[in-house]
Amino acid sequence: MNQKVFKDAKSALTGVKDNMTILVGGFGLCGIPENLIVALKETGVKNLTCVSNNAGVDDFGLGLLLQTKQIKKMISSYVGENATFEKQFLSGELEVELCPQGTLAERLRAGGAGIPAFFTPTGVGTLVAQGKEVRNIDGRDYVLEKAIKGDFALVRAWKGDKFGNLIYRKTARNFNPMAATAGKITVAEVEELVEIGDLDPDQIHTPGVFVQRIFKAPSLEKRIEQRTVRKN
Amino acid sequence: MPLTREQIAKRISQEVQPNYVVNLGIGIPTLVANYIPESMGVMLQSENGLLGIGPFPLENEVDADLINAGKQTVTAVKGASFFSSSDSFAMIRGGHVDLTVLGAMQVDQEGNIANWMIPGKMIKGMGGAMDLVAGAQRVIVAMQHTDKDGTPKLLKKCTLPLTGVKCIKKIVTDFGVLDITPQGFVLIEHAPDLSPEQVVSATGASVEISKECRPMKI
Repeated sequence: MNQKVFKDAKSALTGVKDNMTILVGGFGLCGIPENLIVALKETGVKNLTCVSNNAGVDDFGLGLLLQTKQIKKMISSYVGENATFEKQFLSGELEVELCPQGTLAERLRAGGAGIPAFFTPTGVGTLVAQGKEVRNIDGRDYVLEKAIKGDFALVRAWKGDKFGNLIYRKTARNFNPMAATAGKITVAEVEELVEIGDLDPDQIHTPGVFVQRIFKAPSLEKRIEQRTVRKN
Repeated sequence: MPLTREQIAKRISQEVQPNYVVNLGIGIPTLVANYIPESMGVMLQSENGLLGIGPFPLENEVDADLINAGKQTVTAVKGASFFSSSDSFAMIRGGHVDLTVLGAMQVDQEGNIANWMIPGKMIKGMGGAMDLVAGAQRVIVAMQHTDKDGTPKLLKKCTLPLTGVKCIKKIVTDFGVLDITPQGFVLIEHAPDLSPEQVVSATGASVEISKECRPMKI
């Protein structure tokens, strides 16, 4: 029987090396694999290319790896929340590929799905399309974008079983499912780790075939970026 | 007196039809939600994977796993659904969103929009904006007519890096409502306290004043 269960983030990152491409799930701080990110920082690996929609904030999420300068290149759609990021970007210390959010989502989906490249209308006529093939299909221009795959994919789910089947919760889902399919080694940190057979097959968002390693998160801070409430 | 942000949002809400699926960008566009009556059956789409954004939560309802695209905590309405980002952008890029409202730094008379970058100064990234202008059925821009120092933001040609090309047909500013036709800007409504001529002179391109031009009803 396939042994996918690891005891913690550190052991689940065995084999991560300098210069690797790491895919990281999450939108803002929502749904980020918090423990894996800290463990990644603690491995001390450097020159990483990180693919994630956002770059966390200065002291949480991927921002932690920016502070230790372990990231050589980021591929993201929006980095506004992170002042360290913007500074390193504007000064040239950090290489950045800004990619439209939908294109980023689809590049990851394609990477896991065996689609090497695809056409999208997004970004035609803008800086995003520079240097890329643009083709007119049925009267509209589309730009050719390439799939993204990673050496490792770090994802966070709500529930997972020991086969690696994953269920996500609410808007913490976001980029995690696509990242999970596109990593050579996908590591999932889950809030609840259950036995094979405990999850209803109809409820599964990521079939376990995509997941190589899984561990139960000891705790999750689940930091909120913009706590917004209404009065009663 | 030009309009307030709330008044711009209120005017834009008049463009929303019953049962529309609507995506609202951060800033002034989010305020549009406050003026859409529940009875219209409108579903607000959040690009991070929620269809059916509800009001902000009460203190004891706050859920870190439930946020909108602006990273604010929200609730979900009855009939809401959660999905992945690739499904979200399939919805957006595939033309299933009836209306998107977003902000802009500049819009020009060809309908080009710039709202994601000021070279050398501000590079936050484009997020979902490029997909939204490329995919939504209807796009409305909510913006200030000029900078704080009076520099026009509606121009002959955008000088900032573009978000989308020839994709804007309607703009609501604190000065008025303008359409963009093959002939350029057309002023169709003006802020009640301003004259059409005042709006035109604050614009950095020629503006045709529509024969039906009238004060905005808010």
